[in-house]
Amino acid sequence: MNSLLAFSSAPYRLSGAVYGTLLNHGVALAALGDAMNHAPFKAPPQAPVLYLKPRNTLASAGSPVCVPQEFGELEIGASLGLVIGRTACRVSEAQALAHLAGYVVVADLSVPHSSFYRPSIRFKARDGSCLIGPQLLPCDAVGAPDALGLQVTVDGRALQQTSTGGMQRSAARLLADVTEFMTLRPGDVLMLGVPAGAPRACAGQRFAISIAGLGDLEGSLVAEWVPERVTEERAA
Amino acid sequence: MKAARVAFGGALHDAVPHADGVQLEDGRVLAEDAVVWLPPFEVGTIIALGLNYADHVKELSKELTVTAQDEPLVFLKGPGSLIGHRGFTRRPNGVNFMHYECELAVVIGRSAKHVKRADAMQHVAGYTVCNDYAIRDYLENWYRPNLRVKNRDGCTVLGPWFVDAADVPDPHALKLRTLVNGKLTQQGSTADMVNDIPALIEYLSAFMTLQAGDVILTGTPDGVLNVNVDDEVVTEIDGIGRLVNTIVGDESFGR
Repeated sequence: MNSLLAFSSAPYRLSGAVYGTLLNHGVALAALGDAMNHAPFKAPPQAPVLYLKPRNTLASAGSPVCVPQEFGELEIGASLGLVIGRTACRVSEAQALAHLAGYVVVADLSVPHSSFYRPSIRFKARDGSCLIGPQLLPCDAVGAPDALGLQVTVDGRALQQTSTGGMQRSAARLLADVTEFMTLRPGDVLMLGVPAGAPRACAGQRFAISIAGLGDLEGSLVAEWVPERVTEERAA
Repeated sequence: MKAARVAFGGALHDAVPHADGVQLEDGRVLAEDAVVWLPPFEVGTIIALGLNYADHVKELSKELTVTAQDEPLVFLKGPGSLIGHRGFTRRPNGVNFMHYECELAVVIGRSAKHVKRADAMQHVAGYTVCNDYAIRDYLENWYRPNLRVKNRDGCTVLGPWFVDAADVPDPHALKLRTLVNGKLTQQGSTADMVNDIPALIEYLSAFMTLQAGDVILTGTPDGVLNVNVDDEVVTEIDGIGRLVNTIVGDESFGR
């Protein structure tokens, strides 16, 4: 990302550290059913299930996202992004939200995959696959983060209509549990979690994620360009 | 050439080795323990390898649910986990298995996307030593290795020196070892990597652009043992550096 989302209050811009949270949505977790108790998982998740979006993935709202030819489509994960304003280390649930600068919309585009055990980072660390924007809204302008309407449209059709509610951990609880072992710094982003039923889209399609009060994050999907010699090797 | 980043006298400095310790860019010569050592370069994305030495795979086989390996096992770490040479790493009270991992850290020097194996080493700026701690008590089988095991504050130790690639003729022929309180507990050779450095750069750059400052932690050989509060853990790679870390308890953190 050329210029990480800048805003007019401290910390003024994102740090570039972006953490995602998986299976926080109650419906997403429940969909796994009894499989959670069997190999390879053996037990339901205890701590928050987290992953990183490295800096090569970060892009501004509106940027085109490349769809790899071998997969054909991407899953459009929509999440509320919690932007840290004050260093958060071992924060209590009651004090957690006071450590935020505000909220952003995050579009986390992944190659669809069914494994939660040890999925390849090929699915989640692709260049330009994490859009953040369109603006940072301070906490007091947004209100409670755990009941905001969330909608994903593809080519103008609403394919997912839900909310930021129904999470195993609320924003405050999540911040408390994460900062128990990893300190979050000003400008870091922690995704609250993608609701179950994330739609998929192909190259040529446009999408928009709308979170109530935060505006619309728009993007488009394009076919990935691959150098000729790599294409030839794949064909061989 | 070797270079470090240190804090001294209220400022950050570049430093080089000196017979009496380190020499700052402004000429001052200081003892090794007179400065605060930081990770030796501006660290970008931290890319870590699991099970990249065959003997370590065997060592952990009891807890591995899946052993078939068709691509490198890669995970990512965040900047909050980083500390430098002579730092302190917390061992939470009550855990049973916290272990070090001595690893060759490969620092990217110029952007790499769709880089083939034959060209890969041109993208390497240099090397340093990493001690990539894990606390296995927290292992869960969801997006392994989960961040609570591998991405804890102070659990990615880097340094002391950044060593230019030009000064390391063969990064796949380096002896590495760990000493706990002076006793040898882990040893191996970078010759035994399952996926060598060019293979890793080719694999990663096929889907992500590697940028200058990104670092690949190339995995650890067998011999990972539990460490306890007050242990001095030295991870060392011939020609690269000798990285010292001390384990401290919850009390140091007011817990």
